[in-house]
Amino acid sequence: MKIKVIVTLKNGVLDPQGKAIQQTLNGMNFGNVEDVRQGKYFEIEVKEKDEKKAKSLVDDMCKKLLANLVIEDYKIV
Amino acid sequence: MRSSVIIFPGSNCDRDMDVALKKFGFKNQMVWHNDQSIPKSDLIVLPGGFSYGDYLRCGSIASKSKIIKSVIDFANSGGLVLGICNGFQILTETGLLNGILQQNKFLNFICSNVFVKVKDKQNKYFKDLKKDVLELHIAHNEGNYFCSNDELKSLEDNNQIAVTYCGEDGTENETTNPNGAIKNIAGIFNSDKNVLGMMPHPERMIDKYLSGEDGSLFFKNILDNFK
Repeated sequence: MKIKVIVTLKNGVLDPQGKAIQQTLNGMNFGNVEDVRQGKYFEIEVKEKDEKKAKSLVDDMCKKLLANLVIEDYKIV
Repeated sequence: MRSSVIIFPGSNCDRDMDVALKKFGFKNQMVWHNDQSIPKSDLIVLPGGFSYGDYLRCGSIASKSKIIKSVIDFANSGGLVLGICNGFQILTETGLLNGILQQNKFLNFICSNVFVKVKDKQNKYFKDLKKDVLELHIAHNEGNYFCSNDELKSLEDNNQIAVTYCGEDGTENETTNPNGAIKNIAGIFNSDKNVLGMMPHPERMIDKYLSGEDGSLFFKNILDNFK
């Protein structure tokens, strides 16, 4: 079963790459871009048929490795 | 004084560290990341570099490697653990040190000499150090130290801030902050001050003809405090 995870920076944490992307977009005449936050996307193939169990496993993975909870939030989608 | 330098795939300051430690009289051994145990040591060093290609987050994969459990046990039993640059990043990812090293504020890889102020001398690294400001070298893309307000307060209250970026005269402000680190932080301790992580490389400052000798002071001081 494939579980998808999105990791993003927490609100308030400086995202210099997002800022640079936003400024570049503004420079390309996408003037209405007000903010960009960059994140990470994972597709994790888990050998597990029960969706609830698979998601709970991935949740544990997020806490232990995939996200650093000092600056990042994660969402299992 | 016996030391061990851990080598991860992608470490590249391990041999410089070996040269520096031996120059001042440490009995140093190199330890491979896939080993399970560390030879008897008084100091463990996690060197600079790009362990595991900086995949996921700098230091995150190394912080789960086989050898790390021994490093954590050693640190928790009071042993001296020093992480330089990528080693500092690994220490934050293991949880031995608070916070995280983010990408530099201006998105540039910085390679230059900097001055750092020693903020605390009640520890085995800086006790009785003759100087308050050291000239060291930095080379990193992710050295922008960040932590929560609560963590920062606790670092300040317990004097766990080890070194901060400053000018030659010791002034700390935005212009002497190369990477955007919170409060100019260049290095911190754990609460017992046996674990030190810092971005600057003392091992690159051990020769007066090549660079400078403030790194020599750092290593000699650790030895003097051990005696």
